[in-house]
Amino acid sequence: MRSDVFLLVWLVIGAALYAGAEALGNDYVFFAGYVVLQYIVLSTAWNILGGYCGYVNFGSAAFFALGAYSTVAIHQLHPMPIPVLVVFGGIVSGVVGLGMGYLTLRLRGAFFAIATLALAVVLETLIVNWDYVGGSRGAFIVRPETIAPFGSYIRYLFLIMLLLAVGSIAVARLIERSRLGYGFATIRDDEMAAEASGVPTLWLKLIATTISGALMGMAGAPFPYYIGYLQPSSAFGLDYAVNSIAMPLIGGTTSWIGPLIGAVVLGSLQQIATVTISSAVNLLIVGFLLVAFVIVAPNGIVGLVQKYVQHKRVGFVGRHHVKADMPAGIPGSTP
Amino acid sequence: MTALLEIDNLGKRFGGFVALENISISMEAGERVGLIGPNGSGKSTLVNCICGTLKNEAGSVRFDGARLDGRTAHQRTRAGLSRTFQLPRPFLSLTLLDNMRIPLLYAVAARGARHSGHEIEPRCLDLLRVVGLDGKARQLPGALTQVEMRKLELARAMAAEPKLLIADESMAGLTHSEVEDILALLKRLNAQGITVVLIEHIMRAVMSFSQRLIVLVSGRKIADGAPDEVVRNPEVERAYLGQ
Repeated sequence: MRSDVFLLVWLVIGAALYAGAEALGNDYVFFAGYVVLQYIVLSTAWNILGGYCGYVNFGSAAFFALGAYSTVAIHQLHPMPIPVLVVFGGIVSGVVGLGMGYLTLRLRGAFFAIATLALAVVLETLIVNWDYVGGSRGAFIVRPETIAPFGSYIRYLFLIMLLLAVGSIAVARLIERSRLGYGFATIRDDEMAAEASGVPTLWLKLIATTISGALMGMAGAPFPYYIGYLQPSSAFGLDYAVNSIAMPLIGGTTSWIGPLIGAVVLGSLQQIATVTISSAVNLLIVGFLLVAFVIVAPNGIVGLVQKYVQHKRVGFVGRHHVKADMPAGIPGSTP
Repeated sequence: MTALLEIDNLGKRFGGFVALENISISMEAGERVGLIGPNGSGKSTLVNCICGTLKNEAGSVRFDGARLDGRTAHQRTRAGLSRTFQLPRPFLSLTLLDNMRIPLLYAVAARGARHSGHEIEPRCLDLLRVVGLDGKARQLPGALTQVEMRKLELARAMAAEPKLLIADESMAGLTHSEVEDILALLKRLNAQGITVVLIEHIMRAVMSFSQRLIVLVSGRKIADGAPDEVVRNPEVERAYLGQ
């Protein structure tokens, strides 16, 4: 499918989702849906660095919080429309992503993960001590009750997050199918061989940290309007760091659809658990599912499905053995 | 005419261990050079220093008229230096076809000779066919045997369309006829004007391939010349072939 067609299809799906939520006529659907959509953006963003390039980022919460706090900072100066804030949040987190990449990408594996965790701690300390954005007291953002033509404000926020989710999926898929995506895959597999094949690994990793950081920042930018009262401990919450890793892992990290599935499944489960049991159960669910998936399906739901499909196909070829075996060629291999 | 590759007094040490010392080698375009030496004599280290995988502390490398010092490995590949790894390092999550695609997308395209989208796939299949792996183009490298991985490694190095190709033990473990196949392939590449450096333990292959033989022992170059003369060199016999 061409990328513009893909985007169009997902815009239609998004519109259908919005219409569906509208039809339910309950604002809570928008509140809960917003969180799930936010996690789609976060896990898709994490996957661009973590899944495509193989660099595990434990600092997702920091990029998310940077987006949120850039909104607070701008709001203190002069309130602005949310789309503008989203762009600002993306720029701030993208630049920090680039900087983090430059400082830490010589590290690999666990060392890189620890460095990103350290970055999150450093940034949180800075925010806690920055009075302008509320410091440790936190900051209030009073959002309007309603906004034309959407009605209640949460519907507007939901729509923005919906567009961000569609946008981030489109970006992830575009990367996957491009020269950049092939380059990312070689970094994940073997950086030395990648360099020997002409891939500028450092440059590509910087692109990945920047895009990934920017998308996380964009997801965080509308958050103060959603939550109303932002404090460092909620913006830098463990939930964001853990969920944005767990969701791609559960969904599958090698393609755009994995983080999407993971975020929808895990995000919805968490929302349901919050209402029916308690909000504290959230991370427990993540923990259990993560352990279960590591054991049963290390390649996530996507990997599980692929294995099943391949299994079926092999069986099919087996039954038509004589026909399938005749020319040892493959499509397009004729000289 | 200036040399294609000029290594001048190259030195490399790992801590207190001197891996390479005062290596000077000059290669003309179109040569077929064999590089031999006992295990641990510094052959692969030399390749790594030439190709930018390791940084040499002393000396310099010039390729195609330009100094390579300080240039990254991918820049050197783009400049026309291509190598195989002694232990094959395929991209395990990409199909064989896509393994071929990488050098085409990154090394060849960087020289401005960009293949358009639908040209790339036939080109990848051609490369795989040359080493006899076209039947497995849609498989992942994990399913290959060690021998097939060596062929894949060689095909990927060829895909970068190099001026100088360094084959680091591409034939280890291959059968007699497979060795002949690879030798014929390397000679064909050489006939197209590509300079080929062959690092090998199989003396029969080295002797039949090389126009010139270089011997490394303990990080020093002890012989460099016509293969027949070099193997008769008493120092080489003592150090390498054993008496």
